[in-house]
Amino acid sequence: LSRIGDELYLEPTESGLSLRAVNSSRSAFASFLFAPLFFQLYEPGSAGPDTELFRCKVHMKSFLGVFRSLPSLEKSVGKCLILLKPRASRLVLQLHCKYGVTKTHNLAFQECERLQAVFDTQRCASRLRAPARLLAEAVVHFPPTLAEVTMGAGPGGKISLRNYVEDEAEPSKTMVTELCLAEDEFQSVAVAPGSHITFCLKEFRGLLSFAEASNLPLTIHFDEPGRPVIFTLDDTVLEVHLVLATLSDLESNSQSPSTNGMSHLPAPSDDFADDLESYMAAMETSEGCSEGPPSPIFPLRTPQPAKSKPQEEDEEDEEEEGAVPGTPPHKKFRSLFFGSVMTAGRPGLATTQEVLAEDSDGES
Amino acid sequence: MRFRAKIVDLACLNHFSRIINTVAKLAKTCILRLTVCKLYFILSDKVANGGASMWCELSQGNFFDEFQMEGVAAEHNEIYLEFVPENLWRALKTAQNAKAVKIKLTNKHCPCLRVAVELPSLSSSSRIVTHDIPVGVIPRRMWNDFREPSVPDFDVSIYLPVLKTMKSVVERMKNLSNFIVIEANLSGEMNLKIETDLVSVTTHFKDLGNPPWASEDGCQSSAQGRDLESMAEACIDIKKLLQLLAGQQVNPTKALCNIVHKRIVHFILLHEEVSLQYFIPAVA
Repeated sequence: LSRIGDELYLEPTESGLSLRAVNSSRSAFASFLFAPLFFQLYEPGSAGPDTELFRCKVHMKSFLGVFRSLPSLEKSVGKCLILLKPRASRLVLQLHCKYGVTKTHNLAFQECERLQAVFDTQRCASRLRAPARLLAEAVVHFPPTLAEVTMGAGPGGKISLRNYVEDEAEPSKTMVTELCLAEDEFQSVAVAPGSHITFCLKEFRGLLSFAEASNLPLTIHFDEPGRPVIFTLDDTVLEVHLVLATLSDLESNSQSPSTNGMSHLPAPSDDFADDLESYMAAMETSEGCSEGPPSPIFPLRTPQPAKSKPQEEDEEDEEEEGAVPGTPPHKKFRSLFFGSVMTAGRPGLATTQEVLAEDSDGES
Repeated sequence: MRFRAKIVDLACLNHFSRIINTVAKLAKTCILRLTVCKLYFILSDKVANGGASMWCELSQGNFFDEFQMEGVAAEHNEIYLEFVPENLWRALKTAQNAKAVKIKLTNKHCPCLRVAVELPSLSSSSRIVTHDIPVGVIPRRMWNDFREPSVPDFDVSIYLPVLKTMKSVVERMKNLSNFIVIEANLSGEMNLKIETDLVSVTTHFKDLGNPPWASEDGCQSSAQGRDLESMAEACIDIKKLLQLLAGQQVNPTKALCNIVHKRIVHFILLHEEVSLQYFIPAVA
């Protein structure tokens, strides 16, 4: 959760304790729901007819600081008590350790609105389920600094992962890595043909290391580009959701080569399909290449600018509230949730983000 | 102009990757020259490199199971490509348990070296990772810029001390000064010196040995008839020296340097299957 946001939202519910986080641009949301059975004792408090169960948020760093060194915690701590004291404005974390030592941490909290991204895994057209290890092995081939990856249906029924190259980046300077995973490496595959999404790796990597450590299979639900991708982990006592915004298609869906050149690279063939003779001939006769290698003469595919697009996307996505003029031409990662109430006070993003779904709490 | 090659043996792949790693540490961009028998990694001494240059040569037969190359023309059966070695290193880094690695020169949207790594997987078909590394093709008229540098007319030639020791000495000196003086004589003695306003540090090595160089045509070189105790020295950029030493992951079979007094230091590192030469010019 700390890989996603700086604040930890705690929400006790009847079905368990939910820990949540969201990132500053509202493009990533995660929730961990611990069922009552996970705890030795679970008392969510009582909700009256007019009051809801109390919820709050604390600084992620303060909370993490209490559990700093896991190996030593495992050796010395017998019990951990988490107590919410609304009237004292404190979240109490009490570690009962060996030899009668009790460490009590009082964290200041802030009251908050309910943090809930609106998403529905049932509405997703595509779904993949795989052991976390498979995805971790796939992600390792991409550089640790890579921001975004495109995942989708590949040639031959495979699932492909490819690093996302921004439109502005020069294609002749950027290395492109693509990996194909066979269907039978997954536990289940239900992917709409030709579908693909682009999302940020950073938050995904965080979930992946948790999934690997807990040995749980990961399910990926996705739909069209622009609609959020949902990663879930399921256990008897734990339910995890990670929701990430995806890059919306800058080209209209009717065009066959989609964004990021997802017209897939054919599997490496054995014959000399690529002949640079004509390229060399053209280069030898060209002028003005005094320094360094000449620029390629083959036309580079450039996607169309996004400025003309909002209208078309309006028609495709019925949840849109209307075309947003002046949408930045690149990186159209949409905000997933929270209407103007929440985004007021963040001047940069509020005017340019499109909202797919209102805050479920409305004005309260 | 075509090129394709394949490595199947894991030890060869590992060794080749380590060479690429070394090259990547010395040059951000360099030239890959392909001939029928050999691969060369070349960094020419442009100002942008701080005047340092590199020549690394290996026989393809020692690494590749398949190697097919057709140069630009029959009488110029070679290919020169400019590329970023770090990219190739990244592609090979995660291929260390691969079933096979194929490298091919392609031209889909722009010239690329396509590295296709076939990995073992639990499923019926192998997992394939492809990396498209953009390259620039160097036209024939520029090939003269990348000729093999000749061994300079040096004043002293001496074997280097154990590289690991040399590296840890230079690493600490780097914190004190930007320049280091290498001096050596024909009696097997070498000193590494730094000098600033506040401090000067010298590390002395002795009994290193001086390699015998046969003079090619019997004429006197600067080294002959030279007083055995007299030191030849050159003051060089310490970062460049450290780049060279830090990039060595395996102890070379032979490591030596040739010093042209106050002009240039020429390092030669020889392994069984690859030779690396690195030139660091002296600063004024």
